[in-house]
Amino acid sequence: MNESSRGEVEFTLDGRSVKAREGETIHAACRSAGIDTPTLCWAENLTPVNVCRVCVVEVEGARVLAPSCSRKVEAGMVVHTDSPRVRSSRKLVLELLGSSVDMSLSTDFADYAKRYGAEPGRFGPRAQPSAAGVRESALPGHHEVGDGTRAATVGQPTKVDNDLFVRDYDKCMLCYKCVEACGSDAQNTFAIAVAGRGFDARIATEHETPLPDSACVFCGNCVGVCPTGALMFKAEHDLREAGKWDESKQTETDTICSYCGVGCVLTLRVQDNKIVRVTSPSDSSVTGGHLCVKGRFGFKFVEESPRAP
Amino acid sequence: MDLRHHDVLPTAAERSAVDALLGVEAGDAPPAGFAAVRDARTLLLPALHALQSSVGWVSRGGLDYVCRRLGVPPAEAFGVASFYALFSLVQRPQAFAHVCDDIACTAAGAEKVCSELERKLGAPASGHAKTGTAHEDGAGHGPRWARSPCLGLCERAPAALVTIAGAEPKDCAFGAATASRIEAALAGSPPRIEEAYVASSGPRRLLARVGVADPASLAAYRAHRGYEALARAFELGAEGVLREVTESKLVGRGGAAFPTGRKWEAVARATARPHYVVCNADESEPGTFKDRVLLEGDPFAVVEAMTIAGYATGSQRGYLYLRGEYPLALERLSHAIESARAGGLLGANILGSGFAFDIELRRGAGAYICGEETALFNSIEGLRGEPRNKPPFPAQVGLFGRPTAVNNVETLVAVLDIVRDGAASYTSVGTAGSPGTKLFCVSGSVVRPGVYEVPFGTRLDALLALAGGVLPGKTMRTILLGGAAGGFVGRDQLSLPLSFEDTRKAGTTLGSGVVLVFDDETPMVPILRRIAAFFRDESCGQCIPCRVGTVRQEELLSRVVNGRSTLQGELPLLKDLGQVMRDASICGLGQTASSAIESAVALGLFEDER
Ligand SMILES: Cc1cc2nc3c(=O)[nH]c(=O)nc-3n(C[C@H](O)[C@H](O)[C@H](O)COP(=O)(O)O)c2cc1C
Ligand code: SF4
Ligand code: SF4
Ligand code: SF4
Ligand code: FES
Ligand code: FES
Repeated sequence: MNESSRGEVEFTLDGRSVKAREGETIHAACRSAGIDTPTLCWAENLTPVNVCRVCVVEVEGARVLAPSCSRKVEAGMVVHTDSPRVRSSRKLVLELLGSSVDMSLSTDFADYAKRYGAEPGRFGPRAQPSAAGVRESALPGHHEVGDGTRAATVGQPTKVDNDLFVRDYDKCMLCYKCVEACGSDAQNTFAIAVAGRGFDARIATEHETPLPDSACVFCGNCVGVCPTGALMFKAEHDLREAGKWDESKQTETDTICSYCGVGCVLTLRVQDNKIVRVTSPSDSSVTGGHLCVKGRFGFKFVEESPRAP
Repeated sequence: MDLRHHDVLPTAAERSAVDALLGVEAGDAPPAGFAAVRDARTLLLPALHALQSSVGWVSRGGLDYVCRRLGVPPAEAFGVASFYALFSLVQRPQAFAHVCDDIACTAAGAEKVCSELERKLGAPASGHAKTGTAHEDGAGHGPRWARSPCLGLCERAPAALVTIAGAEPKDCAFGAATASRIEAALAGSPPRIEEAYVASSGPRRLLARVGVADPASLAAYRAHRGYEALARAFELGAEGVLREVTESKLVGRGGAAFPTGRKWEAVARATARPHYVVCNADESEPGTFKDRVLLEGDPFAVVEAMTIAGYATGSQRGYLYLRGEYPLALERLSHAIESARAGGLLGANILGSGFAFDIELRRGAGAYICGEETALFNSIEGLRGEPRNKPPFPAQVGLFGRPTAVNNVETLVAVLDIVRDGAASYTSVGTAGSPGTKLFCVSGSVVRPGVYEVPFGTRLDALLALAGGVLPGKTMRTILLGGAAGGFVGRDQLSLPLSFEDTRKAGTTLGSGVVLVFDDETPMVPILRRIAAFFRDESCGQCIPCRVGTVRQEELLSRVVNGRSTLQGELPLLKDLGQVMRDASICGLGQTASSAIESAVALGLFEDER
C-alpha cells in the first residue's frame, strides 16, 4: 500500500494525538501505537477484503463504523478503537461468526471471543449439519424457512478428494484468503472462487469439480493462508481424525527447499518423525509465505511412494 | 495465467447464441493481452444471459465455451453465474415462471396463486440438483416455476414473470396473475400488456410524456419537447449545466438522497480519465415501480438525460443497468437507444455540438444487491455483485476504477426540466429542503394503485386521497414508507409532509418512494417475516454482520410466528442484531435490514396478532 515516501498525517487515536504515514491504514497505525486490533480476514501478504468486520473502529462524524484493516488514516480524523459501539459490534460479529461456523481451531477467535465476552450460543442450539451436496445446491435468492428453533450453520461433511489436502467447509468463515492466494495475490491459478450468495455463499470450483480435475496445481497456498483449519493437510487431518494429533510431540524446523534454485524458506512441522505440515513465513522476502507443490507437498513423495490423487 | 478448461462441448444452440454476442472466432482463440482480458470480462454477464435465454439454463459445456472465448477462469465464471437468481445451473423446462410472493403480492393473495400453481404444475424449484448436468433425453424437466421477490409490478399485484428460452426468447411480466394466466403464458400466450396507472396533483414534470407520447417513436418524443433540454445544455455549456443542477438542489431518488450537482461536479473535476455515467435502473426495492413506469413510458427521456449527464461530467460513455425482470422496458429502451443513434442523438458529434456519447444497455439477472452502486459496477465488470467498501466513492473510483456519476432513473429524468427551464423554475415547487416533484409508488389497499407525481411536502393523507383512499369497507392499519429498507408508519402519522427533511425528522425515510398501504385484515407478522426473508435472500454474503445477521433475524421472527417465544423475549436480541448490522455491515443492505422490523416493533404491529 505504501507506494513511495509520502507525507505524514496527524490524527487522534483513542484520545492521543499520533502521526502516521499518509496512505497507511488505521490498523497499521494502531499497531505502531501499540493498540492490539482484532483481525480475521486481514493478512500481511494479501490484499485487504474487509469482510469479517471484527476490526471495526469508530471514526467521529461517520454514520457507521469503519474497517480499520483497509480504511486509510486522514489528517484530523478522530478514531476510537474501544468505544462501547466498537466493543458491541465486535462482540456481535464474533457471536454471529461463532454461531454459524466451527471456529474451534482458531486460537485468535478464542482469544477475541474471551476479550469481548462473545457468547455464540445465544442464538439457540446449532442446526444439524447439511448432508453432502445440499449447500452446493442452494438456489440464489431462495431458502427453506425453518421454525427458528435452531441456529443455521454452514455445517457439512469434509471434502476429501485428493491425497494432499482436505476441505472442511464446516470451518469456513468465508475470509476470501484462499481465493486471493489461489488468484492474483500469489498463485494466479484461479482454481477456486466464491460461489452462491448470502448465507449460501461458499468456496467452490466450477460445478464442484473435484480438485484433481480442476485447475488446481496443489501449491497448497490456500492451505497456508486459511485461518480456521478449513483447509488442512491430509496428514494433519488423518492424525486428527484418528485422535493422534498431539502438538506436545511436535517440533518445527526451518530449512531451505532443495527442489530448485529459488531458495524458498520452509518451516517443517514434525510429529513422530513425520512431516505433518509445511509452511513458509509470511514475512519471508523470497516466498511471501507462498510455495509451490514441490516445497509444500514434496514430503509426500519423500516419505512414501506417491499415490495417484 | 494458464487456464484449464474441460472437454465438455457446447451444444449448437449454445454456441450460436454466444457467437451471436461475441462474433464467430477462429479456433476459440481467447483474448490476448491484459486489456483485452479485462474488456472481455465485462461481456461475461451478457454471455451468461445469451446461454440462459437460448436454452433455458447455463450448462457445463455452455459455461466452458464462454470461459474459453472470454479468457475467464471457469471457477470465477461459475461464481458469477451462481450469484444471480435468473440463471439456472440445472437444466430446466424452457418455459419457466417466476411468481412474486413478496409483500404487496402476499397482501394481494399471492399465496393462493402459489398453492394453486403447486397443484397444477407441481412444487416450485427449491434448489439446484447437481449443477451442470443435462438430462439424458436432452429436454428440460423438473420444476416449472419458482417463487420470486418483488417484480416491480406491485400496483397490479400479484405479479409473475414468464421466461421462454429459445432462438427467439420471449419474456413477459404481468400483474393480476392467476394460476391459469401463468399457465397460458407458459404455453406461449401471455396476457395483453397493460400500461401502468399514473396521475399527478399538479402539472406533470416527470410524468409529462408517460401515457401521452408513443414510447416507440422518436418523432413523438421530439413533438413533446424531447431533446429541447439537450439543445439547451449545449447552449449553457458543461459548466452551465453543472451550475443549474447544483442550484436546483436536486437530490438523488435512489434512496440515499445525495445532492446530484455535487456528485456531477466531483466527477467533472476528477483528473483521472475516462469518466463514466451510469443510469441505475436496477429498481428492486420491494414496493418500488416508479422507474419501470418511466423506462417503459418515456424511454427517450432516459437516453436524453444520460446524454446531458455525460456532457456535464465529461463522459463519453454511459451504461444503463436495467434489472433483468423488466422485459418491456428492455425492449423499449433498446429501441430508443437504436433510434437515437440512427437519429444522430447518440454517437459522434451529437446535434452538431462536437460532443460524442454513447450508451450501452446492460441487463441484471436477479439480484437486488446489484442496485447498490458499487455492486452494480462489479456486475457490469463481470464480477460477482458484491459491494465495495467506501471510501473511495464512485466519483473518484467507480466503474472500471474511473470517476463515475451514477444516478437513479428518476433523478436523471428530473434533470431534463432543470436544464430546459432553469433551476429557478424547478425550485418554485416543493419545499425549501426538497425542491421539485417526486414520484410515489402507491400500492396495497388503495382504490387506484399507481405512480403519483406530487410536489415534495404533499401530506401523506393528500397522496392517499389522490389514490382514491383506502379500499371501501377496509380500514387502514399501517403504511410502509420507503420500501423494505424503509419503515412502517401508523395511522396517526397521516399528516406527515412527504419531504426528505420532514420524514427524517419523523424518524422515517422516503427511501425509493414506496407508499404501501396495509389494511387491518392483512396479518402483519408474516409480512414482517417476508421482509426478513428478503434480506436474507438478497444479502451478497460478503460480510459477517449481514450474511449471518439476516439469518438470525429471520429465525427470531420465525420463533415469534410459531409461538416458540415472544416478541418481548426476543427484543434484546433484535436490538443487538439491528445495531451490528447497521454499524458494521459493508453496505446499505445490511445497514437497513432491520429498520422496517424495528419500526414495526415500535408501532406495536406484532401485538394484536399473537
Ligand atoms: C441494497 C441497495 C440497493 C439499491 N438499489 C438501488 C436501485 O435499485 N436503484 C437506484 O437508483 N439506487 C439504488 N440504490 C442506491 C444506489 O447505491 C445509489 O445511491 C443511487 O443509484 C445513486 O443515485 P441517485 O443519487 O440518483 O439516487 C441501492 C442501494 C442499496 C444499498
Ligand atoms: S492448492 Fe494452490 S492451486 Fe490448488 S486451490 Fe489451493 S491455491 Fe489454488
Ligand atoms: S477456506 Fe479458509 S481461507 Fe478459504 S475462505 Fe474459508 S476460512 Fe478463508
Ligand atoms: S451488507 Fe450484506 S449485501 Fe452489503 S456487502 Fe455486506 S453482506 Fe453484502
Ligand atoms: S480484518 Fe478488517 S474486516 Fe476483517
Ligand atoms: S411485484 Fe410483488 S411485491 Fe412488488
